[in-house]
Amino acid sequence: MALMVIDRRLLGSWALTGAASITLAFILLPLVFVTWLAFFQQAIPSFPPQGYSLKWFFAIAENPRFVDGFWLSLQVAIAAMLIGLAIGVPAALCLARYRFWAREPMGNLLLLPILVPGIVLGTSLYVFHVEVTILTTLPILGSIAGLVAGHILIVIPWSVRLITASLAGFDRNIEEAAQNLGATPTRTFFRITLPTIRPGIVAAALFGFVVSFGNLEMSMFLVGAGRTTLPITILQYLEYRIDPTIAAVSVLQIMLIGTAMLITDRFVKLSRVV
Amino acid sequence: MARLQIERLSKHFGPTVAVHEVSLDVRDGEFVVLLGPSGCGKTTTLRMIAGFIAPTNGRVRLGDDDITTLPPWKRNTGMVFQSYALFPHLTVVENVAFGLEMRNVAGAAVAERVAEALQMVRLAGLADRLPRQLSGGQQQRVALARSLVIRPDVLLLDEPLSNLDAKLREAVRVEIRELQRRLGITTVMVTHDQEEALIMADRLVVMSEGSVRQVGTQRDLYERPADRFVAGFVGRNNILTGRIVGPGWFETEGGLRIACAGSAPGHAAIAVRPERLALGPGVANFDNRLPGTVEFVSYLGASIDVHVRVSSAERMVISQPNRFDGLVPKEGDSIVVGWPSEAAVVLS
Repeated sequence: MALMVIDRRLLGSWALTGAASITLAFILLPLVFVTWLAFFQQAIPSFPPQGYSLKWFFAIAENPRFVDGFWLSLQVAIAAMLIGLAIGVPAALCLARYRFWAREPMGNLLLLPILVPGIVLGTSLYVFHVEVTILTTLPILGSIAGLVAGHILIVIPWSVRLITASLAGFDRNIEEAAQNLGATPTRTFFRITLPTIRPGIVAAALFGFVVSFGNLEMSMFLVGAGRTTLPITILQYLEYRIDPTIAAVSVLQIMLIGTAMLITDRFVKLSRVV
Repeated sequence: MARLQIERLSKHFGPTVAVHEVSLDVRDGEFVVLLGPSGCGKTTTLRMIAGFIAPTNGRVRLGDDDITTLPPWKRNTGMVFQSYALFPHLTVVENVAFGLEMRNVAGAAVAERVAEALQMVRLAGLADRLPRQLSGGQQQRVALARSLVIRPDVLLLDEPLSNLDAKLREAVRVEIRELQRRLGITTVMVTHDQEEALIMADRLVVMSEGSVRQVGTQRDLYERPADRFVAGFVGRNNILTGRIVGPGWFETEGGLRIACAGSAPGHAAIAVRPERLALGPGVANFDNRLPGTVEFVSYLGASIDVHVRVSSAERMVISQPNRFDGLVPKEGDSIVVGWPSEAAVVLS
């Protein structure tokens, strides 16, 4: 009888380990393959590799389209992340603390951009920009400002959600304690409130950056003539070539985001906020 | 340190009256406890003193200043919250130093005063810990040090002991009281725990439904309760309702005639403490002697509670000291309950 019980437990533990391994492999295998591919020597990827080389990485640096695309994506992502936080923090504070009739509709509205498909969002923003450009004669269509505004839209749901989550266990007495000790509301906000929700803010910044940096569908409608973000450059390149340059670009992207996560994790344990 | 005066302070939340015309004069260095059941307005009153809630009517004076309309950060009050409200991202030292920093005290003086405050609450060794690394009792002492280090004019304690376990609570209440006496700091504490209130206060304010029912010392409240609420809330009491039927005579609703000292018009009540009642042969000299039947006996160790039915509508609890020669009545025994008329209080 005892043997049976042990057997069952062992079986369960094997099953769990097996399922976990398959899931992990499912997630990691594409990353492993793309990384492997980036070092292949031949221009047409085929197995087995004929040799290894770093030339595809140099090819990126020599291709101004990739370099420009990377810089644009980086600038847009940083701008969208910062502005998204500047909107997301007050919005989350307001949603978490005040009871007013528009609270729930407003909360849902702020989450909406992640529910709308990127293509739909891109199309509607494009049409909107056309109309506004015609009406105001301001150069909005295809401008960097227009592109950043679109990216802010997809960053906001993440910053609002993650900061709201970090406010859930917030003891408002600590703000009163600060004021009782002589801190004005402004000092209370910067010295007490912000540091306390720092994990949520860091997570929101990271997710906002990643979401913006990797966005393709919406950006395609918003970039102006002669400008491309990195994901668009990759797509355009793939239309004509399938050499491992794309794999090398992907490896660099994975490294960039991985580094961002590692740095973030040093300040706040990501497992605690996500 | 200063005198705190509250004058006809009221707070209305829409149609509900949370606090109704509370007046209170706390002497310099006095320890006053606001006591009452939850929802009686005691915490709202304390928060109005701290400035977190703006009163609808009335004034708050601290020392020579009217602080009614001052924001919390301009009042020199030190508050200890029920949840302690320590800053989770700051160490013990940084928590305690916060108030001094806000007052722009110079660095060297900050270090000295923080060290002194931590010494005072016996936490000197834990200076660099974060709040989450401390036990509940230690967190409470950090909160206390943090509010004392700014040398507040008045110390406000909002149920400061309710999150501690029973053993610790007993030690800490004596500790806080001694510290308060040594510093001579004017203190207002809010609690619903009457034992805590009785042990710590110079004077107590009993509140119910937003109003002050009685202000007085422990003895005042226990011996001369102002009304039925105070009589029932502070300590235990046998409260018999009825009316005065003649000079010195009270008749209960159950039809018992009782000799009493004092008078009250109309519907009245008398209250007599369980330990002021006697049982059995010892009652011969008392002017009130009621025959009854023992219905329930609880053996509490130091004392024994005997519940005696004295009429179809009324039952009384008698608390007897557990002496070696005392009798322990049994359920079903016929017995006489007695007390001198002066032992009971007549309430309107």
